[in-house]
Formats: sequence, C-alpha cells, structure tokens
Amino acid sequence: MKFAVQINSSPYAGAAGEMGYQFILAALASGHSVLQIFFYFDGIYHGLAAQLPPDDERQFLRRWSQLSQQHGIDLVICISAAQRRGLLSLEESRRQNRIDQDLAPGFRISGLGQLVEATINADRFIVFPGA
Amino acid sequence: MKKYLIIMRHPPHGSIHVQEQLDIILTLAAFDRAVSLLFLDESVFQLFRGQSAEQYDHKETLAIFDALALYDVDDLWVEAESLIEKGLVSEQLTLPVKTISRARVSQFMSGFDVILGG
Repeated sequence: MKFAVQINSSPYAGAAGEMGYQFILAALASGHSVLQIFFYFDGIYHGLAAQLPPDDERQFLRRWSQLSQQHGIDLVICISAAQRRGLLSLEESRRQNRIDQDLAPGFRISGLGQLVEATINADRFIVFPGA
Repeated sequence: MKKYLIIMRHPPHGSIHVQEQLDIILTLAAFDRAVSLLFLDESVFQLFRGQSAEQYDHKETLAIFDALALYDVDDLWVEAESLIEKGLVSEQLTLPVKTISRARVSQFMSGFDVILGG
C-alpha cells in the first residue's frame, strides 16, 4: 500500500514527529511504501537546517534525511506555513534580499498543491496532529 | 474521485490554526475536490455570528467561511453535542449547517476517502 504522511507539530512541542517517524518505519518494515511527508502548521520547523541537538538526543534531521535518501521519500515543507514562520530556502531568501539558507538538506519547499496530490496518489493519507 | 472530510476542532483566533486549515480547504477546492467540513468541540465557535477579530489584528476567518460556498464547499456538519456543550444553537451560526449526533460521527466519517484533522 502507498502511504503519505502529514506532520503537524514542531520537533519539541508535540508528538507528531516521533509518531509519524515510528509509523513510517513500521509501514516500510511491513513492505508498504511512503511517497511523501508533508510538513504543515508548526511541523515546518522539522526542516530548519540549524537544529543542533546534543549528540545523545534524538536527531530528527538525520532521521528524515535517512528516510529521504534510503527510501526516496519526498520531504515537502509548505511554503506559506514556512514563510510565515521565517523558514526560507536559499532561493526564496535571495528573492527577499536575505542571505539565509534555513532549509535542511533533503527537504524542499512547495505549496499545498503537493498535499492535495499526495492525498490523490496515496492509498492512505495519515495525519499526525499538532500539540 | 476521492471525497474529503476536514475535521475542525479549534476555536477561531486562538492561533493561526484555523486560517491554515482554511488554506488547505481552499486548495482542495481549487483542485475541484469534493470537500465536506465537520465541526467538533470548540470549533463550533468558528461560525458564531457577530464575532470579530479586528482588535487582535487577526484575519477574519468567518469571512473566509462565508465565501466557501463560492468554491462549492457547502456541505457543513456540526456535532449536536458540541453545540449544546458550548451553549449554542445552530441559528446563531452564520451558515446553514447540518447537525449530526456524536454517536453517528464514526459511521459518518467512514463515508469519506481522506480525512484531514489535526
């Protein structure tokens, strides 16, 4: 079965990241595929490049990037939710005359149309709610 | 074509949540998807007549709800118990809604292909 997943809470203010990650691991282990993770609401903070938790803590960025590299899962950050919260890709920063690259490697920024497409293409669309 | 149900659970203006949920609804409508809305818990206040967000400098989400019919989003459901618990009657809401009892919500949800809550 093809799954797509929506993550709606930030790494440290809700359980959506952990629950979503564990769900995806279980789905992959059972032979299912996961097309896309769509980060929305405060979930967009998962894509912040400068996250540097201590080494002995959970490393969300490494987890997502491994899912992207090893399983080809599309990591999509919603552009309107991201811009509202100050997370800009290099391309968008330049357009706004800024110099930041906030977006972590492996992620891309796109619109809500990607969420709609994921709901169409996936057999099941699973939402992990915010706090 | 898949049928979508959006589950509203948040009150208006407490956060950006409702506005961002409306963005999802409007995007689905732009893709010509069939969208229904179900209001549970404090979200019943989202359609409460006479509300204003002006003093908070917050977007008037009620005006967006009022405009949804233009996008053919007009299948609105409110859980009867949620209305009662908040001391409201459906006549105090700005849009025509259908009420559904809590006992029937689960079965109602099974009639949709994609359910977006949270």
